Amino acid sequence: MSFEILSFSFMHRALISGVAIAILCSVIGLFLVLRRYSLFGDAIAHSSFGGIALGLLAGVYPLWTAYGVSLVSALIITRVKEKFNISGDASVAVLLSSGIAVGLVIIGISGGFTIDIFSFLFGSILLVSVNDTILILSLTGIILIVVLVLYRQLLYSTFNEEQAKVSGIPVEKINYLIVFMAGLTVVTSIQLVGVLLISALFVIPNVTAIMYGKGFKQTAILSISFSIFSVVTGILISYVFDITPAGTIVLLSIGLFAGTMGIKSMGLLSKN
Amino acid sequence: MNVVEIEHLTVKYPDVKALDDVSFTVKEGDFLGIIGPNGAGKSTLFATMLGLNNKYDGIIKFFGQDIRKSKDYLKEIGYVPQKPIFEKNFPATVNDIVRMSLRKESNEKKIDEILQQLWIHELSNRRIGELSGGQLQRVFIAKALVNNPKILILDEPVTGIDQQNIDLFFSILRELNSKQKITIIWSSHDLDAVNQLANHVACLNRTLFFHGESDDFFDNDELVKQYSEASMQEHMHHH
Ligand SMILES: Nc1ncnc2c1ncn2[C@@H]1O[C@H](COP(=O)(O)OP(=O)(O)O)[C@@H](O)[C@H]1O
Ligand SMILES: [Mg+2]
Repeated sequence: MSFEILSFSFMHRALISGVAIAILCSVIGLFLVLRRYSLFGDAIAHSSFGGIALGLLAGVYPLWTAYGVSLVSALIITRVKEKFNISGDASVAVLLSSGIAVGLVIIGISGGFTIDIFSFLFGSILLVSVNDTILILSLTGIILIVVLVLYRQLLYSTFNEEQAKVSGIPVEKINYLIVFMAGLTVVTSIQLVGVLLISALFVIPNVTAIMYGKGFKQTAILSISFSIFSVVTGILISYVFDITPAGTIVLLSIGLFAGTMGIKSMGLLSKN
Repeated sequence: MNVVEIEHLTVKYPDVKALDDVSFTVKEGDFLGIIGPNGAGKSTLFATMLGLNNKYDGIIKFFGQDIRKSKDYLKEIGYVPQKPIFEKNFPATVNDIVRMSLRKESNEKKIDEILQQLWIHELSNRRIGELSGGQLQRVFIAKALVNNPKILILDEPVTGIDQQNIDLFFSILRELNSKQKITIIWSSHDLDAVNQLANHVACLNRTLFFHGESDDFFDNDELVKQYSEASMQEHMHHH
């Protein structure tokens, strides 16, 4: 394999954006997984599909409409969930199917725009522009700063809402904040792995990292490392062998997950 | 000085009235044991006192302030819940948990001291899911103590803990109350435990049927018998 691919500027953009997205998805995903909200990323991604279709129909840059639609639906679903006491998985199911349904109807009305939709469904990391890269990096920076500043509040309200409330943490606001950040993260990440595989980035590196039995920060760092490894290796391999990056990235992270389970079942992961 | 004043507190759930016209006060430095059988309303009382339940009639005051007006009193309270519920594989160590409620980055020494005092300093890098019930309980007490609370509230802390851990736990509570002058309010359905520790007793079973010095309670055979019968009835009710 030649290292010449590392000199292409589209490859630089892909790798830089990929690493940023890997970090972002691991961090936000860890909170979602621990809140038993693993499929929430998936649900927002599917609702953003409706947003993308809307953008294509209206002739607006589809990611903008995707941001709008997924943030609004994420906030609505959280409100509905709170107000009517609907379980997490049921609310996810509703959001997931309505997003796809809206998208399909819009595609039907417009007579179809297959090429564009395809790149959103499966990602197009090698096509990210300079502007996309800047957007991805800025959002990653902002969200990471928010997470670092509110680390204690985010962890505490994820651990136990009731106790967090007694300690004076504004749990409801924190819940909305997490959902809001998850919405931003999902749409930003669509370019990497597409709508269909987003939740893999949210969930798989985190469940892998949790198996190592470490504390919160180390678990987050492990998850980020696994995620970066899968994304970078996945992008390179997929380019060299001309296969889809999204699938390769996700398969690699599943490989790490399976490997960890293997190590663990052989008893090599001691309990601390 | 009264640190807690509860006046005519009534809490209704859709199906039951959990608390009915409960009034009592707690003075600074008191060690109050709230005894009552399962379903007596102990956890409901605490949840309401801690601001987790806003649907109540009556008045609750901490440090002379109505809790409906300000939540500032929560800063002065350490709370140890009845059963700390969490996922078995939650990726948090003892250290993570204890620091979670730390409001100001106070000095490391203070946290070290608390961990030592509670005999959990050697566990600080262990995941909480690996701990025994007694160890876990001390972790949650440590967590409740990191902000130097004036009042410590514990909900049935000795349920499901082995005797050795109970003895350790009792000596820790005694020390907190006598040396550090922390007011302690704890609930239990175990009369003996309360008799060993508390200097004040409140007997709760939806209504409050005794509140006063613990000697006055335990010296009064009629009251003790009454309580025992109430809890026996409840016991049979459940089986
Ligand atoms: N969240 C709730 N919703 C409805 N009923 C409740 C709720 N919590 C407690 N109860 C009822 O209120 C009564 C008091 O319960 P609780 O305060 O848990 O008692 P204790 O802690 O003394 O065992 C019980 O009859 C219980 O079934
Ligand atoms: Mg209870």
